[in-house]
Amino acid sequence: MIELANVTKTFNADKHNQFTAVDDVSLTIEAGRLTILKGPSGSGKTTLMALIGCMARPSSGRIRLHGISTSFFSDADSGSALDITSLPERFLTEIRRTTFGFIFQQFNLVKGISALENIMLPAYPTGESQAAFRQRALELMELFSVSRHAASPVEWLSGGELQRVAIARALINNPTIIIADEPTAHLDSKLSREFMEMVGTLKARGKTILIASHDPLVYDSELAETVVGMRDGRITGITGAA
Amino acid sequence: MNSPLNRHTNILDFALSSLLRRKSKNLSLLVVYTLIVFVIASLIFFVQALKHEAAQTLAEAPDLVVQRMIAGRHDLIPATYGEQISAIRGVRSVTPRLWGYYYDQVFGANYTLLVPENGVVEPGSIMIGAGVARNQRIKIDDMLTLKTSRNAPLLLTVQGIYPSSSELISSDLIVLSAEDFQEMFHLPPGQFTDLAVTVANPREQVTVATKIAELFPDTRPILKSEMLRTYDSLFEWRGGMMVVILAVAVLSFIIFAWDKATGLSAEERKEIGILKSIGWETSDVLQLKFWEGIVISLTAFLVGVVLAYGHVFFFSAALFEHALKGWSVIYPQFRLIPVVDAYQLTVLFFLTVLPYTAATIIPAWLAATVPPDAAMRS
Repeated sequence: MIELANVTKTFNADKHNQFTAVDDVSLTIEAGRLTILKGPSGSGKTTLMALIGCMARPSSGRIRLHGISTSFFSDADSGSALDITSLPERFLTEIRRTTFGFIFQQFNLVKGISALENIMLPAYPTGESQAAFRQRALELMELFSVSRHAASPVEWLSGGELQRVAIARALINNPTIIIADEPTAHLDSKLSREFMEMVGTLKARGKTILIASHDPLVYDSELAETVVGMRDGRITGITGAA
Repeated sequence: MNSPLNRHTNILDFALSSLLRRKSKNLSLLVVYTLIVFVIASLIFFVQALKHEAAQTLAEAPDLVVQRMIAGRHDLIPATYGEQISAIRGVRSVTPRLWGYYYDQVFGANYTLLVPENGVVEPGSIMIGAGVARNQRIKIDDMLTLKTSRNAPLLLTVQGIYPSSSELISSDLIVLSAEDFQEMFHLPPGQFTDLAVTVANPREQVTVATKIAELFPDTRPILKSEMLRTYDSLFEWRGGMMVVILAVAVLSFIIFAWDKATGLSAEERKEIGILKSIGWETSDVLQLKFWEGIVISLTAFLVGVVLAYGHVFFFSAALFEHALKGWSVIYPQFRLIPVVDAYQLTVLFFLTVLPYTAATIIPAWLAATVPPDAAMRS
């Protein structure tokens, strides 16, 4: 479970171009459910996901993660949630690596290396043996039907294939939470539906999924359990909350 | 099983694959870098070998050489000076020497003429260096005609040619008898070019030199240590041509490293952002860039040094010879004895590998300190 209490994120604080992207947001995201952040461009969805995904720190408020386990914190031992608001960068990186899997709007795959290497990238600094995570990457490619592109550079892949490689990369470290930012922005309707099918597969595997989107194919999907409406950095409504 | 060793090998593995995908850029970097290391290392090997040759040559030189001076110029010295110097306490032996230079107008070459101490050459015969043999196109038993100072021809038979291994010092040498030397330059009997003095106790060399200067104020005693110092400064880092080549090479390296330091492409910056966003720490990114830098710079260093070794010791520094081996028309053709100065190589290593690696890491470090959410906004 992810718990946000009065979270605010302000850029360029105390300058003439000060801008509040997320304004006093309190929200609970249940584990194992698909939560959609819905709203127009500039509503603060991406910033909120960056805060949840330990990529940035909030200007004020608290973010707590329940049920996670890292080298420096175990939920089972402490019996409490981990407050990530003021953790040092090193700890945030470890949480990002072990707990979250990210699917970016532009896919953000590294050009020039193969699809297989791209999928393995988040696992390189973990210290796990390459043979082990290579095997896992091949299994993920099999799962998402992109095995035949294992050795191909990512530039050769189509939009749908890039999306699948990006999802496989998000799963390589076996994260409990998947974060996807506008995942269907560059896909046609057919590919968008295929993406939602894959989301269904991940949900069936017990993953907590958080998607930011203003695509009706995503937020109107029957898979969507909770839809959080956002505008101007604030929550405008929540439907289907547990 | 997670281990730090796995982490290092995984990142090294990715660094190699990362280098391979920018093949042409990295290959051109490697070629330029290798070339710079090659020039500097060639210079170091060449100068070191010359110094070594010079030191070996001087090892057999007399402790002291006494020259007579007139109006600040070198003049002939009478044998009687030698007799009196022999009487100085501490002097073991005094050997009068005859040597000089001869300019051959036909071939436009300058030869060094020398009379050996032990008289191995009969009157009418000569021993010559390989350079003279090449220049005159003569071999053993051929005749060589020199012109005396009275414009009369002096016919000499080649008795032997010095082996090419000693060519650095014997290339332009003609060794002849004292009689022929006196005939050549019309020298009065009992007059010599200089005196070679040996001293029993090395610590007394300076004292003996001072006594000689007091006894004969018109002479200049030259210590062996002074000759060594002259050779050293001739081949030192500061020595003319050396400093020019070295400065050019170092300057090229600085420009090259600077270009690299400021040349992190937009794509490389984006990649660093992606790595950060998917869970790479700043230290992981730096380690990646460190390996990339080390692979290029260490390869360039090793290849450059090996090529320089071959260039200097197997091909006799072919690229430098016209600039550095002398001004004569008789270029020595010789193979230098391999001498490697570990200290200078270590300095070269630190001056090339470290700045380049730093030049690779610093811009990456600046790029890697951006917040990871930047990748989400790209």
